[in-house]
Order: sequence, then C-alpha cells, then structure tokens
Amino acid sequence: MSYATQKLAEEKVFKDPVHRYIHVRDQVIWDLINSREVQRLRRIKQLGTSYLVFHGAEHSRFNHSLGVYEIVRRISDDIFHGRPEWDESERLVVLCAALLHDLGHGPFSHSFEKVFSVDHEEFTREILLGNTEVNEILLKVSADFPTKVAEVIAKTYSNKQVVSLISSQIDADRMDYLQRDAYYTGVSYGHFDMERILRVMRPLDDQVVIKSSGMHAVEDYIMSRYQMYWQVYFHPVARSAEVILRKILQRAKELSESGYKFAQPPTHFLSFFDRSFTLKEYLALDEGVLMTYFQLWMDERDPILSDLCDRFVNRRLFHYVDFDPGKDYKKLGELAQLFHSAGIDPEYYLIDDSTSDLPYDFYRPGEEEERLPIHLLMPNGDIKELSRLSQIVDAISGKRRTDYKLYFPAELLIDGKKKAIKQQILEMLREGGL
Amino acid sequence: MLQEHAKIVDFIAAAEGVTGRKKLQKMIYIMKKMDMPFQEKYEFHIYGPYSEELTARVEELCDMGFLSEALEDKGSYVQYKYKVTEEGMEFRKVLEKSVLENPLTAEKLNAKSGRFLELTATLLYFDNLNRQETIDKLHVVKGKLNFTAEEIDEAFAFIEELSA
Repeated sequence: MSYATQKLAEEKVFKDPVHRYIHVRDQVIWDLINSREVQRLRRIKQLGTSYLVFHGAEHSRFNHSLGVYEIVRRISDDIFHGRPEWDESERLVVLCAALLHDLGHGPFSHSFEKVFSVDHEEFTREILLGNTEVNEILLKVSADFPTKVAEVIAKTYSNKQVVSLISSQIDADRMDYLQRDAYYTGVSYGHFDMERILRVMRPLDDQVVIKSSGMHAVEDYIMSRYQMYWQVYFHPVARSAEVILRKILQRAKELSESGYKFAQPPTHFLSFFDRSFTLKEYLALDEGVLMTYFQLWMDERDPILSDLCDRFVNRRLFHYVDFDPGKDYKKLGELAQLFHSAGIDPEYYLIDDSTSDLPYDFYRPGEEEERLPIHLLMPNGDIKELSRLSQIVDAISGKRRTDYKLYFPAELLIDGKKKAIKQQILEMLREGGL
Repeated sequence: MLQEHAKIVDFIAAAEGVTGRKKLQKMIYIMKKMDMPFQEKYEFHIYGPYSEELTARVEELCDMGFLSEALEDKGSYVQYKYKVTEEGMEFRKVLEKSVLENPLTAEKLNAKSGRFLELTATLLYFDNLNRQETIDKLHVVKGKLNFTAEEIDEAFAFIEELSA
C-alpha cells in the first residue's frame, strides 16, 4: 500500500466543541497533525487580540485547522463521494490543503504582517515547500504533492472545485471559523445550519453549487457572517489592542534602528527589522515569545515602549472616537500638532484605524469584481446566482460598510500637565470638533 | 495619517486617471512588485493578483470625495473610470513626497491594456518559478485567455524595462 492510501490501524478522534468529533483515518493526515509546524499553531490564537474583549476567545489556529479539515473530510467522504462530477483522486490534496491552509500565520498575524511587511500566505508556501517536517511528509506522497497542496491554498490549482472548498464565499474555512469563533466568544451570532448546507452542496463543472432548496440555510450563513464581522472581528476595543500591538512592534523597530540599548534586546525580531529573516526564525516566533518580550519591555528605559507594553499586557487600552476622514483629515493634522505641543508623540498616541467588510458580492460580467458568486442549482438544472433569488442577500450584496476610529490615550489628556492644550485636544475629540 | 489612502490618490493623479478596476488592481500590484511602498495585500483571484484591501480603499476614497468614479457603458460590459477630484489633489499633500520615484511609470502602465496588465501581473505573481514554469502555470490559470507567445515575450520585456 502506498503512503498516500495508507490508513491507521484504528481511527483517531479529537473531541471538538464545534463538530463533536474530528475523525482521522489517513496516515498522512495523522503525521501532518503531529508535525512541528502544525503543532506550532497551538501557540497562535485564532482571534488575535479579541480575547481582551471576549475572554473565552483563547482558541488557537490549531483548533480551527482541524475543524476545516473535518468539514472538508465530510464533504469529500460523505457528500461528494461517488458523484461523477467529483474527482476522487483529489481527496488527499484537498484534505491536506484544508488542514494546512493557515500554516503560515504568525503571532498576532494582522499586526505583525503590517509592521514587518510580511505575508502569512508566503510563509505557508515556504513551509510547504521548504526544509520542514510538513514538506518531508508531503514529499512521501509524491514529488509534486507539496506543490499541489501549495497551489490549492494559493488558489492557483487547476481543479477549481478543490480550490472552492477551501476558499470561496461559502467555504469550509468560513464555515468553521464562524461557528468556532461564536462558540469561544460566547456570542449568539455566528450560528447557522451547516448540516443543511453540507447536504445540499454539489460539485458541478468548475465550481461547487448549492441546491436551491438550501437557499435559506445559506441566507442564514451570510447573515451570521455579517453579524460576526461587526460584533466580534471589528470590535473597536479589540482594534484598540491591535493598534497598541502594532505600535509596540513599530517602536521596538525604531529604537533598534536608532541604536538604543535595550535592557532586553529584541533578539527574535532583529532579522525582521532588517528583513533578513529566514523561515526558521519565523517559525521560532509564537505568541508566547511576543508576550514574554512585552512583559520584559515594561521595564525598558524608553518611556513609550514601556508604556505601550504595559497597556497591552495590563489591558489599559486606548479610547476612541468616530471620525470621518473625508471631512476631518485636516483637523487630524491640527490635532497631531496639539499632541506634539502637549508632549505626547502622535505617531504612537494618535492613531487612525479603518475597517470594512463586504458581506457578499456577485460577479458582474465585464467588470472586475473578483469574488466568485454563490450559485444555486435549480430543480431543472439551471444555475442562478444567489442574490437574484434571495431578497435578504440582495439587500446586502455589494454594500460595503466601513468604520473609522481615532484612538488615543484618554488618561494622558487629563493628567494636569499642559492643561490648556490638553483641554483644547479634548474639546476637539469629545465636543464634535471631529 | 491616512498615508495609504494618500498613496493611491497620488498614483491615480500621476496616471491622470485610470479606467477599469482590473487595470487599477494590476497597476498597483505591478508597482508593489517593483518595490514601491504600497501596503495592500494581494491574493490570487479570477483575474490574477487581486487586493480586497485596495478595492475597499478605493471605495473609501470615493466616499470621502477624493476620487470620482464614473461608470462607462461599453455595450456588452461596463467599466469604472477613476479620477482624482480637486479635494483629492489637496488631500494628496498629506504625503511628504510622492510615492513614485518616477511619475512616468504610472503613465507607462496606464498606456497598457487591462489584458496586458493582467498578463504581466500574473507573470510577476509566479516570479519564484523559472521562465518556462511560469509560462506553463500561466496557461493553467489563464487557459481561457489564450495568451500568445508574442504577448508573453512582450510582458517579460516590459517587466525587465520596469525593473531596470
């Protein structure tokens, strides 16, 4: 028996709060789960800084990766199995891609990637193709297998059905994270009837479609997604923590470049400051490492680094106000000047942040929208785009919602020093000046 | 503040307007691959490298009144035309200096068709592969577009010219 088809003597199961059990029969999958690089995902939280708002949200990317694998396993083994439109030979590649799709995520990915201009997807590719345990396991399947898995994750694989299962507007990734994040945050949004959706998914030509009888379950899924984005993922307080995290990394980089003598040198970050990092150095980072630095940097001489770390570790987050950048961008400049005059560095203490989401979009022929639509399979075999039939989805299709916030440390503005200037700042911030 | 927004305005101003969302997407991607400091994150989508962040930023700039968006009906399809407004030209000044070392680069890109830029961006996306592997991959992901050998050669030459 080849390694690709080798089964475990007994099925292994993981107890999971979302899917009840995660089933593993394939030796390849079992070996991948036990690899160093997949185990590293246990040390990276799925929701970054959201745990500072939703205290239950301590779950890791490891949980989520197993969850995506389980959904794809069910689709492949139960729903698509035996259907002529589904190529059974793609089973292992899609299972591996599901399990490994988030492999390149680093600690607090969002902030880390922004400050150091790195891309977790590039790292996913490097881990799959580089000198790693994961690569060693995939190579045992066949010489081109690591590349195939990487192509599925990068969405450049030739079989688009396989890509759609991992990455589309209704994919296993989203179906897992919505339910999982809802469970761990404790919110009542994010729930939808996944069983129903799975039962009505069908492989067809170069896509995966949904039988029209499942339309209401899909509507529920899209509304769940919409609510989760605004209630959880874009929560303004979690964004405040993200802003501080970003500024800590930015400050450490700036200090290092200026020759500042750290009491606790940023050894793990040096190669990221000058962009000479290796895959090994990237894999050595996790959230435990970052948090250790933040703890130690609370005692640094540099008052900004020390303060920002204290804010992050002890949850003394920035306050925020809404602002309209189109109208207020000049006032932001004035405000930055006032911060300077008050002795507060606006680069680190006055930060604008925007976030937006498009809950669902459809492809308009001829224009360049890039989201593949959700297609419904009608009883007569016709295909119809979801928003043409669903009034609820039509109401939110193509409608982007954006939120702008301005973050600042409120308590530094009421500490009694340079009172007049600070009063002026507070008036601009709180009394409609912005 | 709002530096990333301002860079997009700066680029569209240097290009004297851009027609086509796809074209704008590919132009910024190509600039990014030429080490211009754009921060938008790209992934591979239907038309090649695509940035959801850029789409969002352009929509925001239109909402802010710094870009104008006009719909052009081309018969069988529609295209969006983006121009920097007067307010946008004022807003552009939040940048200490232009994001482009050579503003002619924006014009040079703008003179190319959307199809050509799609081809160029796709070749750049696979720049970790050798030339033949890149071409093979192009035919897998863009098979329906039937790019000719001449077009591919021209795109490689264009990449070299931009990198020089």
